[in-house]
Amino acid sequence: MATEFKHKDIIALRDLSKDEIELLISTAESMREVNGRAIKKVPTLRGKTIINLFYEASTRTRTSFEIAGKRLSADTVNISPSTSSSTKGETLADTALNLLAMKPDIIVMRHAVSGAHYFLAKKVGCSVINAGDGAHEHPSQGLLDLLTMKDRFGRLDGLKVAIVGDITHSRVARSDIQGLTKMGSSIYLAGPPTMMPPGVERLGNVTVCSTMKEAVSDADVVMMLRIQQERQGKTLMPNAREYSRYFGLNPENLKWAKPDAMVMHPGPINRGVELSSYVADGSQSHVLKQVENGVAVRMAMLYHVCGGELAE
Amino acid sequence: MIGETTTTVILDNSGIRRALTRISHEILEKNKGLSDVVLVGIQSGGAYLAREISRCMEVIEGERVPVGFIDITLYRDDIKSQAPHKSVGKTDIAFSLEDKRVVLVDDVLFTGRTIRAALDALMDHGRPCCIQLAVLVDRGHRELPIRADFVGRNVPTSLKENVAVRFDDTQQPVEVVLEK
Repeated sequence: MATEFKHKDIIALRDLSKDEIELLISTAESMREVNGRAIKKVPTLRGKTIINLFYEASTRTRTSFEIAGKRLSADTVNISPSTSSSTKGETLADTALNLLAMKPDIIVMRHAVSGAHYFLAKKVGCSVINAGDGAHEHPSQGLLDLLTMKDRFGRLDGLKVAIVGDITHSRVARSDIQGLTKMGSSIYLAGPPTMMPPGVERLGNVTVCSTMKEAVSDADVVMMLRIQQERQGKTLMPNAREYSRYFGLNPENLKWAKPDAMVMHPGPINRGVELSSYVADGSQSHVLKQVENGVAVRMAMLYHVCGGELAE
Repeated sequence: MIGETTTTVILDNSGIRRALTRISHEILEKNKGLSDVVLVGIQSGGAYLAREISRCMEVIEGERVPVGFIDITLYRDDIKSQAPHKSVGKTDIAFSLEDKRVVLVDDVLFTGRTIRAALDALMDHGRPCCIQLAVLVDRGHRELPIRADFVGRNVPTSLKENVAVRFDDTQQPVEVVLEK
């Protein structure tokens, strides 16, 4: 495992080495101790200012980053689209320079455009963390998924992970593919052909399956993706019921996986579409564990990018 | 010769054993037994030594003292100048510190800044009745008003020298060396 993290920004798991990912996971494991005690605060980032700039709706990720910053004693400020000047036509570059004039140490951003963070990081001197950009990556979700799987199995190499759903629009899938491939897991993808991007095998140790059964059979982990109704064109699937019949996870087809397989979902769940309530609330579901680990992982990311800023 | 480091052994293995045995007796004497006494070792050297002291105390009193481990990385005062940030070790205190007599254990007492950080960390875990400090080596050069209650060996040093407690693969203390 690497003992140091030299990056100022975390934009994609693709940019990190296996050692660096292991370091972030190990730090996150240590951060959990802080979250479990009565006084959930450490002074590490005292005096640092974190701006959460969310151009897309988010409850989980934004709250999680905000709590993570506060538990490290940083001051966190949230900016969301309805209250920001982007509704008045301000460009991302101008918003960035204006925020920078207020001397933040870290900007956590979610943006609808893939790669917007690389642009932002070039414009600003402070650290940039990607909280989701278009259909590119969602590194904090990828890391918390890795941590949750490691909790359950004690390792990540050799795991068979099925990812089922709308791969095309899923930045979670891309971060998971990058992270899992580096850690030595095998990824099996399933979804309607209209939601399967051509050439996705080239991203990592990925097998594209023609049916859900092929992907889920014998899997250690079944990762269900949310059907992103806000990103769908009209033609990708006939209707939610048909989708659910072929690509929804229910107690019956979960039996294809290993008996103790874990079920994961990045949330928010469309109950009865990609995940039946029996499975979502069942004993194999780790959905809430993922949310819990999210805070610890984001604390680790904030902690290490602050040191990376000094290293440059 | 310039650039060459010389290493002197200050305490060998049996010297360390004797020091830890004496410290264990002193802790029991000062606290009149081991009721409400808990040990908390600072990662990583202090954590190994806390385990050793707990074993010594068990031999003397026939009863086990709870041992916890604390990592002070998140409480350091030099974190702003540290680049890149170090990995964070594990804190594991499986018992309440409320009204306990806490003996904080570290390997080398130097500037006192580690102890300051550990005191802040302990206070975030609860309100102990008192905190005492046990160290294997006190090498001087304090930068804060901190002193140890139990000391294995006082070693006058210059700032150019370094004192290290070496452990083997099984986390047993091997020797204390002075490097200059």
